Amino acid sequence: MVLGLLAAAPLVIALAIAGDLDVTTGTVIAGAAPLIYATIGETITEKAGVVNLSLDGSLLLSAMAGFGGAFMSGSVIVGFIAAAAASALVALIIAYASIELRLNQIAVGFVLFLLTTELSALLGGPFVREPGPSVPNLEIPILADIPFLGKALFQHNLSIYGSFLLIAVAYWFFYRTRPGLELQAVGERPESAFARGISVRGARYFYTVLGGALVGIGGAAFSLDQKFGWSEGHVRNFGWIALAIVIFGGWHPFRVALGCYLFGALQVVALKLQPVFPGLSQVLPILPFPTMILTLVVINRPGFRALGDRFASLRKFLASEPPASLGTNFEQG
Amino acid sequence: MSGASQRSGIQAMVIAVAGATMIAALLLWALGANPLEAFKLLFEGSFGSMSKLSATLLVWVPLVIASASLVITYSTGLWNIGVEGQIIMGAIFATWAARTIPGPGWVVMLAGIILGIVGGMLWALLAGVLKTHGGVNEIFGGLGLYFVALGLTTYLVIGPWSREGVASTSGTDLFDADVWFPRIGSLDVSWLSLLLAIIAIGGVYFVMRGTMFGLKLKSVGNNMASSARLGIPSNRYMLGAFAVAGGLAGLAGTTQAMAFHHKLVPSVSGGFGFLGILVVLLAGFRAAPVAPLALFFAALSVGASQLELRLDLDSSVGGVIQGTLVLFVMLATGWQRRRAENRAAAEAGGSN
Repeated sequence: MVLGLLAAAPLVIALAIAGDLDVTTGTVIAGAAPLIYATIGETITEKAGVVNLSLDGSLLLSAMAGFGGAFMSGSVIVGFIAAAAASALVALIIAYASIELRLNQIAVGFVLFLLTTELSALLGGPFVREPGPSVPNLEIPILADIPFLGKALFQHNLSIYGSFLLIAVAYWFFYRTRPGLELQAVGERPESAFARGISVRGARYFYTVLGGALVGIGGAAFSLDQKFGWSEGHVRNFGWIALAIVIFGGWHPFRVALGCYLFGALQVVALKLQPVFPGLSQVLPILPFPTMILTLVVINRPGFRALGDRFASLRKFLASEPPASLGTNFEQG
Repeated sequence: MSGASQRSGIQAMVIAVAGATMIAALLLWALGANPLEAFKLLFEGSFGSMSKLSATLLVWVPLVIASASLVITYSTGLWNIGVEGQIIMGAIFATWAARTIPGPGWVVMLAGIILGIVGGMLWALLAGVLKTHGGVNEIFGGLGLYFVALGLTTYLVIGPWSREGVASTSGTDLFDADVWFPRIGSLDVSWLSLLLAIIAIGGVYFVMRGTMFGLKLKSVGNNMASSARLGIPSNRYMLGAFAVAGGLAGLAGTTQAMAFHHKLVPSVSGGFGFLGILVVLLAGFRAAPVAPLALFFAALSVGASQLELRLDLDSSVGGVIQGTLVLFVMLATGWQRRRAENRAAAEAGGSN
C-alpha cells in the first residue's frame, strides 16, 4: 500500500508531462474498468473463504463468450449475460468441488485455468479478428461539462459507470449490511458463523458463483469495450494481475480499486514510452508482481506489525490480512 | 482395507478415463469431426512415423523433467506454481553459457546444463525464502517471480541480446551449431536430452522411494506440526525441496534453449511447467506414472496439430482434452471418496 502510493507519484508526474491530464485520467479510468469487475468479483469470492484460481482462464473464456454472444445476437447485453454465465459456471465447478467433494481449491482452480484457456481458443475460432458490436458511449448530461472531472469521469459508457458503482456497492455491502458482515464471518471463522445459524455452504456457493459472474462481466468489458473483439489469448495474464491486485489491495474494495487504477496508469505510461524505450515498455506491465511480493513482505515484517499496534487507525487502513479460512474446506454437519 | 481403497481408486480412474474419452468424443463430434477418425489422426500424428515420434519426444523431454521437479515440491506439500519461471531462468542461464563461454562444444553444453540447474535453483530458492522467511505464500510468490522472469527474458531478447539491428521478440541469434545438443541421426530429438530426462525422473523416483531425504520431505508434506515434534526442521527441508525442484526445472530450461529452440525466445518455457502440474495431479504426485502420462500428454499436444491440418480443428483441442481428463479424474476420485465416507458414517450410525 505504502509502496503503491510511492509508485503513484512518479506515475502521475509522467502522465502530467505526457499532457492532457483530463483525457489521460479518463483513459486510465476506462482501461481499469474490466479489472475492477474481475478484482471485486474475486474479492467477494475470497471473502467467503474460497480461492478462484481459474481467473486468468475464466477471463479469457468470458471475453470470448461475451464477444461471441454479442456477435451472434447483435446485442451487447446478450454478450454480457453470456460472459457472466460462462464464468459463473466455472466458479460453480470450483464451489462444488471444494464444498461437496472437499477437493483442493488450488488444484481444481488451476486445472480449470488451463482448461478454460484452451476452451476459449477452441470455441473462439469463428470470432477471431471479426468486427462486432461494442458498448455505446453515454455521456452523463450536465456532469460531463464539469471542467476536468467531466472528461475524466463522465464521458464514458455504462460498462465504466457500472465499475464505479460496483466499488461503492461492494464497500457498502461488506461493511454496512448484515449479509455483508455474515459473508466476512463465513470467511474468517466458518465454525462460529455456522454456530450462529449462518449456512456456510450456502454462502460459499452463492458468493463463489456471484464472484465468478462478476469476473465474467469483466471479461465482456474487455472484449466489448476496452479491447474490442476477440483473438486467441486476447486478455492473457490479466487474470493473474487481478489475483495479485486482490492481495495488494488487502481484500478491501477501495484499495483493490486503487490497485486497478495504478495498473491502468502503468499501462498508459508504458504505451507512451513505447516509441522511446521499447524494452522498458514491454517490462513495465510486470511491475504489479514484484510490488505485490514486496507489499506482502513489508506487511509481514514484525516492525511493521508493531507500528500497526501503536496506531490503531493506521493499522485499520493498512491491514492486509487474508480471510482466515481462505482456501480451506469446511465440513458443515 | 488398503486393497479395497486401491481398487476403488482404480475404479474411479477407469470411470474418469471412460468419461473423459466420451466427453472428448462428444466435443469432437460437436465440432463437426468424426471422433474415431480424430482419435486415429491423433495417434498417427504423434506416433505414426519416426519424425512424428521424434516431435512427440521433443515435447516429452521438458514435460517429464518439469513433472519430476513438481513431484518433489508436491510431496513436500508445496504448490510450486512458479515452476514456469524456474524453467525460464534455467534457459536464461544456459543461453548466457552458450553465448559467452568459449571452448569446444561439449564444454559449453556441460556449462549450459550446470548453469541452467543453478539458475532454476536460485529462482526456486527465492520463492522458498519468501515463503519461509517473508511470509509470502509460494503460490503467489512463485507466480510473481514467474512474471519477473518473463519480463527479464523479454528484456534480454529485445535489449542486450537482440540480433544485430533487430529489436523484436522473435528471439536471439541462433547458438553456434556445435553447442546444439547432439541429435539422433537426422531426427530433431537429442539423445542427450532423452538421457537427462530419464535420469531426472529416475532420480526423483529413487529419492522419493528409497532415501531418508525423500522420506523427510514426505513427512513435512503430510504434517508439518508432527514433523516439527519429531525434530525434522520443516523450513530447511522445504528449502531443500525448492532447491532440488528448481534445479530440475532449470534443467528443463536448458533443454528448451540448447536442444529445441537453439536460442532464447520469450516463450522459451513453452508452458511445460503448467502442463506438468496437470501430469503430476493425474499421477497422484507419484513419480512412477509420470513418464507414461507425460508421453500421453505429449502425444495429445503433438497429435492435435494433425487435427488442425486435416480436420481444420484448432490445435487447442489437445489441451481441452488434457484439461477435461484431469478435471474428470479429480472430480471422480473426490466423489468416490465422499461416497465411501458417507457409507462408512451411515454404517457407524446403524451399529449404534
